[in-house]
Amino acid sequence: MKQPLILPGLGILKGMAVTARNMIGSYYGRKRLHTISYPEERLALPENSRNFPFLVYDGDDPEGGLRCTACRMCEKECPPQVIYIKPERDENGKLTKHPTVFDIDLNACMSCQICVEVCPFESIKMDSAFEYAAYEHFESLVLHKSDLAKSNTYYHGIKPTEATAVDANLEAERQRKAEAAAKKEAALKAKQAAAAANAAAKETPPTSDTDASD
Amino acid sequence: MKTKANSKPEQMLPLGDIKVQIMAALPGAACEIVPNPGPSGQDSLRVEPASVLAVARFLRDDERHLFDYCSNVTGVDWLDQTVSETVKVAGTDAAGQATELEEKVERVVPGYLEAVYHLYSVAKKTGPLVLRVRTGNRSDDVEIPSLTPLWRSCEFQEREIFDLYGIRFSGHPDLRRLLMWDTFEGHPMRKDYQSPDETLAFATANGKEDV
Amino acid sequence: MNPSATDWPKRSADLSDDGILEISMGPQHPSTHGVFRMNVKLDGETVVWLKPVFGYLHRNHEQLAEKMSYFGSMPYTDRLDYFSSLSNNWAYALSVEKLTGIEVPERAEYLRVLLAELTRLQNHSAFLGFLLGDMGAWGSVLMYAFRERDLILDLFESLTGSRMMCNYMRFGGCRCDLPAGWLAQARKVVDDYPAFLDEMEQLLVGNEILVARTQGVGVLSGADAINGGLTGPMLRASGVDYDIRKVDRYGIYDRFDFQVPLGAHGDTYDRLMVRLLEMRESLKILDAVLREIPEGPILDPKSKSRGLRPPVGEAYARLEAPKGELGFYLISDKSPEPYRYRVRPPSLINLTLLEDMCLGSKIADVMVILGSVDIVLGEVDR
Repeated sequence: MKQPLILPGLGILKGMAVTARNMIGSYYGRKRLHTISYPEERLALPENSRNFPFLVYDGDDPEGGLRCTACRMCEKECPPQVIYIKPERDENGKLTKHPTVFDIDLNACMSCQICVEVCPFESIKMDSAFEYAAYEHFESLVLHKSDLAKSNTYYHGIKPTEATAVDANLEAERQRKAEAAAKKEAALKAKQAAAAANAAAKETPPTSDTDASD
Repeated sequence: MKTKANSKPEQMLPLGDIKVQIMAALPGAACEIVPNPGPSGQDSLRVEPASVLAVARFLRDDERHLFDYCSNVTGVDWLDQTVSETVKVAGTDAAGQATELEEKVERVVPGYLEAVYHLYSVAKKTGPLVLRVRTGNRSDDVEIPSLTPLWRSCEFQEREIFDLYGIRFSGHPDLRRLLMWDTFEGHPMRKDYQSPDETLAFATANGKEDV
Repeated sequence: MNPSATDWPKRSADLSDDGILEISMGPQHPSTHGVFRMNVKLDGETVVWLKPVFGYLHRNHEQLAEKMSYFGSMPYTDRLDYFSSLSNNWAYALSVEKLTGIEVPERAEYLRVLLAELTRLQNHSAFLGFLLGDMGAWGSVLMYAFRERDLILDLFESLTGSRMMCNYMRFGGCRCDLPAGWLAQARKVVDDYPAFLDEMEQLLVGNEILVARTQGVGVLSGADAINGGLTGPMLRASGVDYDIRKVDRYGIYDRFDFQVPLGAHGDTYDRLMVRLLEMRESLKILDAVLREIPEGPILDPKSKSRGLRPPVGEAYARLEAPKGELGFYLISDKSPEPYRYRVRPPSLINLTLLEDMCLGSKIADVMVILGSVDIVLGEVDR
């Protein structure tokens, strides 16, 4: 670094040249003007941008197509504990792998994304919407299942690369499950056929050569 | 303004050798090595409160070590632990013969508070040397000497340990709470600390009670 | 060999009430870098006694971490020094990796260095802006600095999802890989940065007002700085050659060729210049990383974040955060929560010698000295 030349006043003049260059330059191009007139203009957020979570549903039915199975992993791992889930039980008391209640308290959610990372079913993802200002805390800023459920099409709209990868993953998982099920099915059928053949062999007496040889 | 490249750092002597040198220089010093079972390999040197000032001064001033920089001072709370052991007792067996029986006995290992110091040497670029000092117990025998006269960096950190754990450091120039307010009662980082129930009624600005 | 700091306290003991004014600077103050208070006693305009008061931003981070899993504390480490969240993440990941022995793949190490140096760049830019703002430059340098810093924050947002609270490092690597076009965008930012630094140097280095306000102010000798536990640019401005990237060689820093700028006088001007020069050295490292970053996995497949139960033991790991030495001390008893979780905060310990630096100066210099320490209250109070 060169030794600065300190003549009285020269340093300040050099500095003022910098501020003048910046001020005049801001009228002539984006480089020195870094602000936009929000809300008339809006900057495009990068794809990975995250703000608050939402639940994904496939198809058109927010209830039936919901990917969430109420496994409660996100509720357990959430650091500020803002997720509240109540799983659904049928008339026999058995879990139906569907949540009746799924609440997220946006007042305390810190957008850490841990719920997304631990979800085994790709059902909770991060949204990038941020205009949530409201007049009261708990009526408006605690989101319920109906507010949180958004379609897969919406997910593709905000995060195309990620949504495509998720769809590919789910498809691969479905194929793997289908193959495993088919294999199991085939093994079961083979076992049944073998059992039937064994039973048939036991019932009919062993044929003697004399009957057929005529 | 000058810029220069760093010299190659020296290797710190193994903790066993350092202990030998300490015992040679200060024969009455009471210290032992506490091994660290985990993969990090950072064993510590536990020193009795009576000898810690002398040992620390030796570590700081001795030409072979020059631990001139105390990086981190931490407090740890070890609760009373109930340990159950199997001991052999004299007794009689089913046939009435004298024999030895095994019995499970429980004893309480009293807890203590601990101050852990991490020392580095800026002159020799070595470290860390982990120093541990334990108090007698968790209730009334909680005083250990302060190392602030040797390393000024301990000043705020020992105040924080006093604030959050309750260890009193004798010889500290300004021992008062650091993070909590002065009239706060209790030591919040202790393992058995209960936060006060704050759901009580309190007076609002216009004097009425708000439940 | 005893350094002079041991002959302290050296402050004036005669503080009779006659003519001594006691004021409280803060906690609501535009220049204290957060909610920070100093009780100052003045004789006219000269400082004769100064005691910092902490705890206004104490959020109980350590106790929360002792009740939460190792993985769940990672987002909270973002909020310690909220300007350099990626360095905090890396320091925590480093100490858990030391505690468990997990190894980190090559590409993840390069990514970590890349993001840590970008963090250093944006932190020092913000420091410049705030210091000049504290001196009364009314935010013009701050706006130029934030303009450049914004480009780096855009890079963070397109990679990690968030501009400041990144939550990106994991135990054994990084969370996700670079999106398409990120390296090109980073290359553009790194190539354009020297022009900004040249402009800052033209504005600041010879400026008579700055020189008059910072040279000779807050002088600290090297021996006092070491004894006081100062680290980072504060220590190097006092002439002590100690940079943890060179001493500990954590990560892959030993592969890069960079120098460590040192100051000759230990005053505020040196601290400012050391940080400017450090930014240039960071650009050298960034240039090398962007050229050499290899392909490969970014997370060790054997590592697990959720349900981590490290073996019994303890570890202390530290790194060169932009503010100084940031260390994490963890004691594990094989349960999912740490038994002891301690953050060694550089900002708090760099304030140890604040009184010594301010004694005898004028009240206006106190703000400049505090600005040159570069504290963030999130780290001081945790």
